[in-house]
Amino acid sequence: MRKTGLYLYSKFERFWHWTQMLLVTLMVITGFEVHGSFKLLGYENSVRIHSASAWTFMGLALLSIFWMFVTRQYVNFIPSRANLKEQINYYMSGIFKGEVHPIRKSLFNKLNPLQKLVYFGLLIFIFPVQIFTGIAYMYYHYPQNPIDAKGFEIAVYTHTLGAFMVVAFIIVHVYMITTGNTIATNLRAMISGYEKEEDHEPKVENKENQENNIVNESNEA
Amino acid sequence: MKNFFEKFISLFIALLLPMLVVFLTIYFGIQRDEPHKAEIELKADRTKKSDHSEFKVLQQNFTNPKQVTAACISCHNQRDEQIMKTPHWTWEREHKLLGTGKVTKIGKKNIHNNFCTGAVGNNGSCMRCHIGYGWEDKNFDFNDPTNVDCLVCHDKTGTYFKQKSMAGWPATTETADEEFKVPDYNYISQNVGASGRENCGVCHFHGGGGNNVKHGDLEQELVNTTKKVDVHMAAEGTNMTCIDCHTTKDHNIMGRSYSVSAENTNRIYCSDCHTNTPHNDKVLDYHTRKIACQTCHIPVYAKKNATSMYWDWSVAGRKDENGGKIKEYDADHNYSYLSIKGHFVFDNNVIPEYKWFNGTANHFLPGDKYSELPVKINELGGKYADSTSQIWPVKVHRGKQAFDPVSKEILSVKLFAHKQGEGAFWEDLDWEEAIRQGMEYNEREWSGKYEFIATEATWPINHMVSEKENSLKCTQCHTREGSRLAGLTDFYLPGRDYSKWIDYFGFFIIIISLIGVITHATFRIIR
Repeated sequence: MRKTGLYLYSKFERFWHWTQMLLVTLMVITGFEVHGSFKLLGYENSVRIHSASAWTFMGLALLSIFWMFVTRQYVNFIPSRANLKEQINYYMSGIFKGEVHPIRKSLFNKLNPLQKLVYFGLLIFIFPVQIFTGIAYMYYHYPQNPIDAKGFEIAVYTHTLGAFMVVAFIIVHVYMITTGNTIATNLRAMISGYEKEEDHEPKVENKENQENNIVNESNEA
Repeated sequence: MKNFFEKFISLFIALLLPMLVVFLTIYFGIQRDEPHKAEIELKADRTKKSDHSEFKVLQQNFTNPKQVTAACISCHNQRDEQIMKTPHWTWEREHKLLGTGKVTKIGKKNIHNNFCTGAVGNNGSCMRCHIGYGWEDKNFDFNDPTNVDCLVCHDKTGTYFKQKSMAGWPATTETADEEFKVPDYNYISQNVGASGRENCGVCHFHGGGGNNVKHGDLEQELVNTTKKVDVHMAAEGTNMTCIDCHTTKDHNIMGRSYSVSAENTNRIYCSDCHTNTPHNDKVLDYHTRKIACQTCHIPVYAKKNATSMYWDWSVAGRKDENGGKIKEYDADHNYSYLSIKGHFVFDNNVIPEYKWFNGTANHFLPGDKYSELPVKINELGGKYADSTSQIWPVKVHRGKQAFDPVSKEILSVKLFAHKQGEGAFWEDLDWEEAIRQGMEYNEREWSGKYEFIATEATWPINHMVSEKENSLKCTQCHTREGSRLAGLTDFYLPGRDYSKWIDYFGFFIIIISLIGVITHATFRIIR
């Protein structure tokens, strides 16, 4: 395979994504075992793995925040109204008619407006809430001492609610993988970093982007 | 070649490296360090011994145990004064009661108990376990040092016994029988030493009328036991005796029994030897903030012989067709019915109940009027919101006792007398007369009416610590069905508790997501 196509996901991003995917899956499984929903790994193992995964997750999160600001990739996650309607229309009807994606991806615009909205919510709201309540869960077991926080429940219930949100996200997210130009486009891109050329209708502006990307890649290497 | 290299990089970045990270996370996550070991030097190994057989004063011709006491004090200067200040002698201590906050003298001398109901007025039988000679009635002299029985706690020959029904006296030439001989005071007094398990056990194992009846975690088995029953006292283990934990200064023995006391003082803690972080593991050590060690490490009590769980006095007094007293046994040969005591339920290998406990207690004293049922003969203080409370395993002893329906007080009953016709229930099986005399002796008013009422007493469990392999497992509490802590509902327990509504809502959004995804996929396929 030649390095053709659009380079979207750097090595770090791919590593971040898949590690996060494994950790989140692990935390969902162990978390719901601790919640009492089923028995699988054993309660004690679940507690220990859940906590350990949480620490790795937080370490990874710090690393990714650092990376995002150094590479300015955080701009990808800032929600924007532009093309939001088009994107919704595409998923509601265009996709069934075989129309082309309304958004052209590029290194600094690799997410569509809906993705931006959802990922932003995940990164800015759900994850921090899970981290905050999770730390409370680990270290503030007995909220009467020293400060009376009126019980452990608030943290626990919020954490549980967040966990359900994450599961719902996973379901939709896994499905959305298949909505690229071909069924495998998105998955392949997250593995190799490239969105393949044959998946695109070549356009001049895209080629420019592509060149930029390759330059960027060699810089990084 | 380059192609292969690129594929490998992709594989490494997207699969191998993440898997390595997760593997390391799990690997180090489930590591558990070895728990800390506690060190103990046994009291027996650090006590200086002197050969008492050399002492002239112990070679005299003793005719009375009080002479032995006098001989002891002649060398052991002031020991009499020390012991006469302790509850082993006074059978009471001034404590602040939980609830009312009333400061009052409580102890075996005046409290109701949930077994033989109360000591005062039944001195002949009950005061056998007083460390004195002849607390027969109200005339007993608490200020006479020669009334102190040194031998019952310090005999090392195993031949000294207080005789049954003799208010603390050993057998004399007049009273000696098959079971109780006149003690050989020269032999015994020349072989004294620090109290052993048998010395403590003669009363603390046999309270309530038989082995293990009262405590449930203190019984004859502990004299020579296995690690399975008690990891501390097992002969093949640490071989600790009572006084290795119940240390003593000036004859004041550490330790608290909340059946007779109410304050958070003079207590012994596991952490005295084991520290507050004995597991060397964060998750487990966090538990010690709110869970007493005993909760996980004493998963069952009464591991050998059965203990009394239920004692119903209301059916006592039944006679057989010849007017004789009845004894009935259950399948395990424990009493199930006695005419003189009523109906019992005994059980062994009992799973404890669990309560919040902060080292304080309330007691239902003579003169107190009940307002709720069952009457709590004693009640432990504590709740989740109290930062000093821990969850403790307890034996809850339930039963029925005689009460006055007019005054709503528990009645004092005369149970014991040496012979029939003196109004004692155990002799004559006559409630009216037994209550009349019991109330009169205790200087209490009685309306003349009596009924029976549900009562319960709570005993924290401290002994019979199991080996670590047999301690409670996480899911014996952290589970939705059958949690051992099902009765403690004033806090959120992970694994046991959850919000029904949050779960409904959560499953709702999961189902909505699935339906949305499936519908969308279907339209894409059939377009």
